[in-house]
Amino acid sequence: MKHSLSSSQYGILAAIVLSASIGDTLLSKGMSQIGAVDPHHLGLLFHALFNPYIVIGIILLIGFFACYTQALSWADLTFLMPATSLNYVVIALLGRFWLHETLSWSRWLGILIIVCAVGFVAGGPARTEHGDPKHPGLDQMDSGVAL
Amino acid sequence: MSPTVQTTAHLFHVWGAITFVAALAVAGEVLIAAGMRSIGDLDVIRADSGLPGAIRAVLTNGSFVIGALCMALNFFAMLYALSNADLTLAAPAIASLTYIGNAIAAKMFLREAVDHRRWLAVVFVIVGVILISR
Repeated sequence: MKHSLSSSQYGILAAIVLSASIGDTLLSKGMSQIGAVDPHHLGLLFHALFNPYIVIGIILLIGFFACYTQALSWADLTFLMPATSLNYVVIALLGRFWLHETLSWSRWLGILIIVCAVGFVAGGPARTEHGDPKHPGLDQMDSGVAL
Repeated sequence: MSPTVQTTAHLFHVWGAITFVAALAVAGEVLIAAGMRSIGDLDVIRADSGLPGAIRAVLTNGSFVIGALCMALNFFAMLYALSNADLTLAAPAIASLTYIGNAIAAKMFLREAVDHRRWLAVVFVIVGVILISR
C-alpha cells in the first residue's frame, strides 16, 4: 500500500493549491470588471474572454487542471479534496498579507478548521488499494487477521 | 409582480444554479478520478512512453473526456452563477454541496475507503469554507 508521497508529489499538491487560489482570485477580479451576466446577455461571457485578468486566470486554472489530473492518477479523490480546499486558506491569507485586508475572527477560525481537515486526511493513506479483483473481500480478510 | 413572488423566483433561480454547478462538478470530478484510476500512475507511464504517451493515455480515456467536458460546462455555469448570486452565498454553497457529493460519489462509484477521518475532514472543510466566506 502506498502510504507516503514523494517530494515531487508534494510539489504537485503545492502547485494545485497555488494555481487554483491565484487563478480564482484573478477570475473574480476580472468578472467584477465585466459585471453581472443575465440570461439575455450571455454574450458578455464571450466578452469576458478578452479581459486580461480572466485570460491569466484561465491559464492558471488550466495548469491547475493538469496538476490535479496528474495527482488523481496516484491519489484518491477524497484525499485530494481537503488539499484543494487549502486554496480558500491561501486566498484569505493573500488578502490579509498582500492586500492588507483585515481578517475577522470567524475567517481565522475557518482557516484553522480547514488546516485541521487537511491534517486528518494527510495522516492516512493517499490511495485506496483495491485488492485482486478475482478475490473480492481479501482486504476485509486481511484486516480480520490483523485484529 | 409582487415583491414576494419576485423574491421566491429569484431564490429558485439562485439555488437552481448552485445545485446545477455542484452536480456538474461532482460528475466531472468523479468521472475524471475514475479515468485516472483506470490509467494508473502517470509518472510510471511517462517513464515508459514519454510525455506524449502519457498525454495520449489521458486524452483517449472515455470517462476522462466526458468528465473534462462536465468540468468545462461547470466553469461557464460557475461564471454565470457567481455573477447572479451573492458571492458570500454562492461560493460556500457550491463548495459545500460539491464536497458532500464528491465524498458520497467517491465511496459509491470509486469504492474509495472513506473512513471516519475523511468524513470528519469533509465536515471540517464545509464549516471552514462557510466561516471563511462570511
